[in-house]
Amino acid sequence: MNPVSTIQGQMAPLPRANVDTDQIIPKQFLKRVERSGFGPFLFYDWAVDPEGELIEDFVINRPEYRDAVVLVSGPNFGSGSSREHAPWSLEDWGFRAIIAPSFADIFLNNCYKIGLLPVALDPDVVDRLTEVAQDPENSVVVDLETQTVTARDVSIRFEIDPFIKHCLLNGLDTIALTMHHENDIASYENARLAHRPTVQ
Amino acid sequence: MTGVRTLFEKVWDDHVVRRADGEPDLLYIDLHLVHEVTSPQAFEALRMSGRTVRRPDLTLATIDHGVPTIGRELGIQDPLSKKQIDTLIANCEGTAITLLDIDDPRSGIVHVVGPEQGVTQPGMTIVCGDSHTSTHGAFGALAFGIGTSEVEHVLATQTLPQAKPKSMAVTVNGDLPPGVTAKDIILAIIAEIGVDGGVGYVIEYRGSAIEALSMEGRMTVCNMSIEAGARAGLIAPDQKTFDFVEGRPRAPKGSAWDTAVAYWSTLPTDPGATFDREVIVDATTLVPYVSWGTNPAQTLPVTASVPSPDDFDSPLDKDSTRRALEYMDIEPGTPITEIAIDRVFLGSCTNGRIEDLRAAAAVLKGRKVADRVHAMVVPGSGLVKLQAEEEGLDTIFLDAGFEWRDAGCSMCLAMNPDVLSPGERCASTSNRNFEGRQGRDGRTHLVSPAMAAAAAIEGHFVNVADWELS
Repeated sequence: MNPVSTIQGQMAPLPRANVDTDQIIPKQFLKRVERSGFGPFLFYDWAVDPEGELIEDFVINRPEYRDAVVLVSGPNFGSGSSREHAPWSLEDWGFRAIIAPSFADIFLNNCYKIGLLPVALDPDVVDRLTEVAQDPENSVVVDLETQTVTARDVSIRFEIDPFIKHCLLNGLDTIALTMHHENDIASYENARLAHRPTVQ
Repeated sequence: MTGVRTLFEKVWDDHVVRRADGEPDLLYIDLHLVHEVTSPQAFEALRMSGRTVRRPDLTLATIDHGVPTIGRELGIQDPLSKKQIDTLIANCEGTAITLLDIDDPRSGIVHVVGPEQGVTQPGMTIVCGDSHTSTHGAFGALAFGIGTSEVEHVLATQTLPQAKPKSMAVTVNGDLPPGVTAKDIILAIIAEIGVDGGVGYVIEYRGSAIEALSMEGRMTVCNMSIEAGARAGLIAPDQKTFDFVEGRPRAPKGSAWDTAVAYWSTLPTDPGATFDREVIVDATTLVPYVSWGTNPAQTLPVTASVPSPDDFDSPLDKDSTRRALEYMDIEPGTPITEIAIDRVFLGSCTNGRIEDLRAAAAVLKGRKVADRVHAMVVPGSGLVKLQAEEEGLDTIFLDAGFEWRDAGCSMCLAMNPDVLSPGERCASTSNRNFEGRQGRDGRTHLVSPAMAAAAAIEGHFVNVADWELS
């Protein structure tokens, strides 16, 4: 995972509640075995009509938002399935952070694992940022170090777990972190209840 | 000294490998279930970093999401699905992970297979790269869905760092009226607390209505915990749980069984233990539920009419309702019983077990599917299919006009060839009614197996609780 630093650029507004992972990346694109290349399928059924033509007024198709790095959306963003393909597709399209009033748990974890920054803010602040984002000339700065979001007349602090922040800022490999605790894992395994099942 | 604790806290505490200030607890994972869709990138990343699978003996793989449910003798026709399945087969061969391949009668939907094989047991931690892993919570296990990076983490270390969620008790009291099922309980709960009401929580379902449910019914309830956004859902293990597990291939045997039951009996929530949030539901007033919109909380009793955007105050709720009605092509105020359907899908990890098939067959016996309806049954596993055939349920389904398919996830998420056509409306026993879930521009209504069967016969939704069933 690459370290997350200051994110600066355009915001794309998608003011919808409960944007689920089936909308972020529909199932027909989950058949790939690769980790990259999901960007063109982002929000596919909203972005591309049944004949395969781009729906021009959908936000990510509008040329003025092509360089957006932050998506601003509604509450419970990323609900539904555990598919990590959802954050992969957002990241591959070019987003570096998602701002919303709230996020689904599994989606949140998946974002942290790949260094896509989810930022939860009060609904009224998100409404103001959505308004600011209507003008693509406005830019935003999301600073993880200081935990602040700044755009036009909005300047607000966001909360993030300090350990997750540390991992994101340093681009840490959490598997390697866990492997440092090999002794703890081995001693847990030695003391583990004998009746626990195995599958072999 | 730990004091009084909830079931969730006991299972959590029993699995903490390492606890340090300012860091998430490192939890040991007793069982890792793997399927073809969310695992290939995890195996690839593992290889690229030179890491190995720590505990193949605690890892079980199935092929379920992409498999066809007819014509399997012809092989997998979709080249992408075939590649994904072949990749899982190769990954399991290369890492000594047990795989139940498609031609194995024990294969099927991962959340049906685990309990069937007895690898799902009380007090365990169970993860899978699938959000409906919460199903296994019915046994008093802490079971939750994870993403592909976390799949890689578990493959490499058999552990997962996790921030501890909050706890919620959902107590369902009283006797369910006839014709009202576990599916209606969980749809009613989701409608009550909302599609994000469980975010950040592990839910314990309790109360006399939950205790009265079979293990299949409890699995249906826990399965849909994620549809309220909950991290997991669980139910205290009791004699029914033990009876279900006993004698299964991977259940403890002999003296180990006695030890296990003694331990499992210590797991239920202690009297006096508290939860961060409590919700109470009266089972005696419930009726069958039908979803009308595009998320599982947009659900109402079958006796109700669909709402109007004007019924809501906030702009986002108005917009969600308007968008949902437009997508579903339903006028505000339409009685649910006037909604006509084209398709019926009976199956999935929510309602693809033997009891679900029996409930639908009881409604269908001696009746015929309406001319306008195309209906199919997809058993949750090969063993469910065999059991149903032993009981003669396949004959009832076929005589009624249902198709009798092979096991898999099928049209719950439509990654295989079982897909709704644009505009088709489906009564589905699955778990999600999201836009496009069962096929682009397809329309999904979530219902119980009995309600799906009754809708198949009438061609529109009806209150199956009004029916006299033999």
